[in-house]
Amino acid sequence: MLERLGAKVWDPDKIVLITDHYLPAHDDESRRILRTARDWAREAGVRRFYDGIGICHVVLPEMGHLRPGMFAIGGDSHSPTGGAFGTYMFGIGATEMFGVLVTGEIWVRVPQTVDIEWSGRLSEGTCAKDMMLAVCAKLGLDGAQYQALQYTGEAISALPMQERMTLCNMAPEVGAQTGIIAPDEVTLKWLESTGVTGVDPSPWQGDPGAPLGAQHRFDASSLSPYVAAPHSPANSAPVEQHAGQHIDIAYIGACTGAKLEDLRMAAKVLKGRRAASNVRLIVAPASRRDQEIAQAEGILAAIMEAGASLLPNACGICAGYGENRLTENEVAITSTARNFKGRMGAASSQVYLASPYTVAASAIAGRICDPREMLS
Amino acid sequence: MSGRAWVFGDNVDTDVLAPGQYMKFGIEELSRHCLESVEPNFAKEVQQGDIVVGRRNFGAGSSREQAPEALKYLGVAVLIAESFAGLFYRNAINLGLPAIVCADSGRIRAGDQLRVDAGAGRIENLSTGETFACEPIPGHLLELLNDGGLLPHLEKRLARERGAAT
Repeated sequence: MLERLGAKVWDPDKIVLITDHYLPAHDDESRRILRTARDWAREAGVRRFYDGIGICHVVLPEMGHLRPGMFAIGGDSHSPTGGAFGTYMFGIGATEMFGVLVTGEIWVRVPQTVDIEWSGRLSEGTCAKDMMLAVCAKLGLDGAQYQALQYTGEAISALPMQERMTLCNMAPEVGAQTGIIAPDEVTLKWLESTGVTGVDPSPWQGDPGAPLGAQHRFDASSLSPYVAAPHSPANSAPVEQHAGQHIDIAYIGACTGAKLEDLRMAAKVLKGRRAASNVRLIVAPASRRDQEIAQAEGILAAIMEAGASLLPNACGICAGYGENRLTENEVAITSTARNFKGRMGAASSQVYLASPYTVAASAIAGRICDPREMLS
Repeated sequence: MSGRAWVFGDNVDTDVLAPGQYMKFGIEELSRHCLESVEPNFAKEVQQGDIVVGRRNFGAGSSREQAPEALKYLGVAVLIAESFAGLFYRNAINLGLPAIVCADSGRIRAGDQLRVDAGAGRIENLSTGETFACEPIPGHLLELLNDGGLLPHLEKRLARERGAAT
């Protein structure tokens, strides 16, 4: 396509290329798609090419490519994950991405700010995923009207970076263009750990009294674990409403739900227990780095001893790819972002979305259950 | 342009428009499964020039542009909805498929014959005689649509810049 237009990539040093969707290649089509990416990286002179080491939204900040005040776009709808680092980042499609690669330009309608304020502190057994499912329940699939969410409040400040990533990652589930969190000491610490130093967070804070398109207030201290029933993240309710629901598969995977923090949560529940014999527990750590740390911390062992099968560091079942995708009438509980009809396999399959705690607890119980029963 | 309406509800999502499991097979195979989980005969029966009408948040979900691409490949000429998911809207316009925001889309019935003027922001329902006002498409996007989408638009722009440089 570049040749047809007589064009070149505008700046190879501003491009990061990461393979994650068709891994591992298990047929000729996937092999061809991955081969195209590898060849293109070389031809276009893209030096920041990460092949098969994890999901793009997780690898990008791991490698220190994001920082506050950046404007970035990604070729996947969950690209707002970068908002956790104070980067304005959103997803676009392939043709529009091609336009950006050639021109370095894109159009944006200046969004309104939708404030999502979380007061209080999370209680044991709840996490960012529950917070976001509660937001989905309140706002609905199009509640944010392609505006920008900003997450504020005491509960947000208390979250580690990967939990903040989960919130920003799911901003598209309420129809937002992106979600963003003002950088603070927690952000700076993460950045320093990836070799990014000398960042001044002060210009990248929300202005006091800035006009808001809308404001929604939530209380973290009274939040229960949330579960979204098929076939929409907005179809969310406290776990007790779905407790007892039979499941066939418990999946801890994806950029939303298999980062190191997610694996730590799952392991807290799984340690010393075994998955029910009627449930397949599947875990696909979001990146190689997170998997390696999980191994070093003994978390991975706790997960494997609970009877989990381990899948590669890639998008996997969440995107409907691979040999493990759901078959007719299968019921799954997953730590992923989206449960639209047919997304993870057969149209008749049923996907319940939940936190890593709740997915792990349900795997043990053999049915959907409140993880707090296993943590106390 | 005018055509026959296919009518869908709220939140028609990209997994329904372009099911992930068929994505790798290319647009011809993928388009055969477009909307099949909500309207099994859609891909078989849709005709060149037909119009797809949704309600709120049409195209919710993923960034995959195969969602509008499948509709275009099947011959759909224009999309009408009360609102579109932002990402889907961008993708449709970039592929040269007009997406028209019309608050009255819920008054259109399946099979109605519609005439659409995207530039003027007007829909005539030839079956009922009603006329609906729509949000006009912003000028820079109308220019994209008139060029046939982002790629032909870029091709023109780059040729013009090269012309200016020599």
